[in-house]
Amino acid sequence: MSMLCELCKQAQATVHLTEIINEQMTELHLCEACANQKGAQVESHFGLSDMLSGLADFQKTPEAEATETKACPMCGMTYEDFRKVGRLGCAQCYQTFKSSLGSLLKRIHGSPIHLGKSPARLVKPSKTKTELVELKKKLDRAIEKEEFEEAARLRDQIRRMEQQQHEQQLKHKARKDAEGI
Amino acid sequence: MLKAFDEFLKHPSEWLRGAGPVSDIVMSSRIRLARNLEKFPFATRATAASQVEVFKVVKDGLMHSVTLKQPLILEIRELDEVDRQFLVERHLVSREHIVHADHKAVAIGQGEVISVMINEEDHLRIQVMQSGMNLRDAWSIIDALDDELSEALPYAYSTDWGYLTCCPTNTGTGMRASVMVHLPSLVLTKQINKVLHTITKLGLTARGLYGEGTEASGNFFQISNQVSLGRSEEELIENIERILKEVIHQEQAGRESLLSNSRTQLEDRVWRAFGILKHAKTMSSNEALDLLSAVRLGVDLGLMAPNGGSPSSGNGMDRTKVNELFLFSQPAHLQKLEGKALTAKERDTKRAQLIRSKLGGQG
Repeated sequence: MSMLCELCKQAQATVHLTEIINEQMTELHLCEACANQKGAQVESHFGLSDMLSGLADFQKTPEAEATETKACPMCGMTYEDFRKVGRLGCAQCYQTFKSSLGSLLKRIHGSPIHLGKSPARLVKPSKTKTELVELKKKLDRAIEKEEFEEAARLRDQIRRMEQQQHEQQLKHKARKDAEGI
Repeated sequence: MLKAFDEFLKHPSEWLRGAGPVSDIVMSSRIRLARNLEKFPFATRATAASQVEVFKVVKDGLMHSVTLKQPLILEIRELDEVDRQFLVERHLVSREHIVHADHKAVAIGQGEVISVMINEEDHLRIQVMQSGMNLRDAWSIIDALDDELSEALPYAYSTDWGYLTCCPTNTGTGMRASVMVHLPSLVLTKQINKVLHTITKLGLTARGLYGEGTEASGNFFQISNQVSLGRSEEELIENIERILKEVIHQEQAGRESLLSNSRTQLEDRVWRAFGILKHAKTMSSNEALDLLSAVRLGVDLGLMAPNGGSPSSGNGMDRTKVNELFLFSQPAHLQKLEGKALTAKERDTKRAQLIRSKLGGQG
């Protein structure tokens, strides 16, 4: 039953790590000291993020290549750095590497459009209202030009915003009521 | 040892209560949101100064939260190794959070339902846990807290891509909703790989008891959404619920088939496990997890009830008790109970002793 640590090959292995990815099981048997030392390394070694560099290599459009030589003005990260660590440096990076990241996000998530909630401060009714008017105009134009994929996307976004607006109003009301009590 | 932990030790965590919908199969439900402050670099480019500032700003926001009601805030570097591990075992922090401890902290709300990691991979990792299959309640709690925090903390957010996170696999909703399920019959009937394979094709992912990279011991699996962008939080939750329902159905069918086709073998397995737990003198955590898993299955199927199995030794076993043993037989919990650090060998002895005493075995 007892097994030696795969790293130091001296102490008894008491930590056993396994991950199943697409039915493939990988196992690592370590002693406590080595496992602690490896710690997060073991983790990221198995993580999806490690595959990001691979994914990021696929695209080589001229636009993407231009992105790659650029450094983020806020944190100094380059796309090359990102490719190595699979992590971005700051919020501004998303703007700096917009074109490359757009296709990467689409590959990871299947869609590059956020359909979830927004920070409460951004969901001020007035702002949402003007955005909604804009979106509806865009939707009309898309239908006119028979760009149906774009139209469907806009329609979903409008629905989502309308629903959010409604929920936000309910929440504000609920909070007001609670404060009243 | 930290005073606050004495209180924790007296109660099992919320997620171990063994209550809530389908709690015979679903141990707990958890949702976490990744959030960052827009003006500060992410963990990859952070400096000591920026992390200190992030901690200050986030701490201030959390302390003023009406939802959190004055959480307990712990700085990781001030905790010893056992205390850190203790937090991991209770699922209050991730394993990565305790490795490089500088500037990292965790805020823990009442009853350990809400916890917020500060300066993890993202500036904030907000988490809510519930017992049983209960992503809906977890979502409404975390949604309200997130709304409240977003008014005080300027989150990094873009209308196109949603919440901007350090790792692009979390961009968008920044949400990971996960459900911890106990699937012994799918493992016994060798259906588990097929089931896990299918769910990965449906946008979900399966992990072990303590998250990414950990072994699926004790027949426990954490099932969570893989993508975070392109769908709303509600849609992502519905998708998990829909697929989970099918997994639960399969597990139930497996249990029924075991009961009708191999009841004796099943009872034998459960009671042997119980016997070993009650009498063993030393036990590794993996062995304990496996045996407790068998006993839990016995409890869930009514095989351990006073009039179901053997009346003298089955008395007093219930789901909460088994769940408690799952938690308290973990390394850091054992050391907490003992009040000092123990070697792996000492822990195995202590673990067996603790379980024996809980099951009415001899000293």
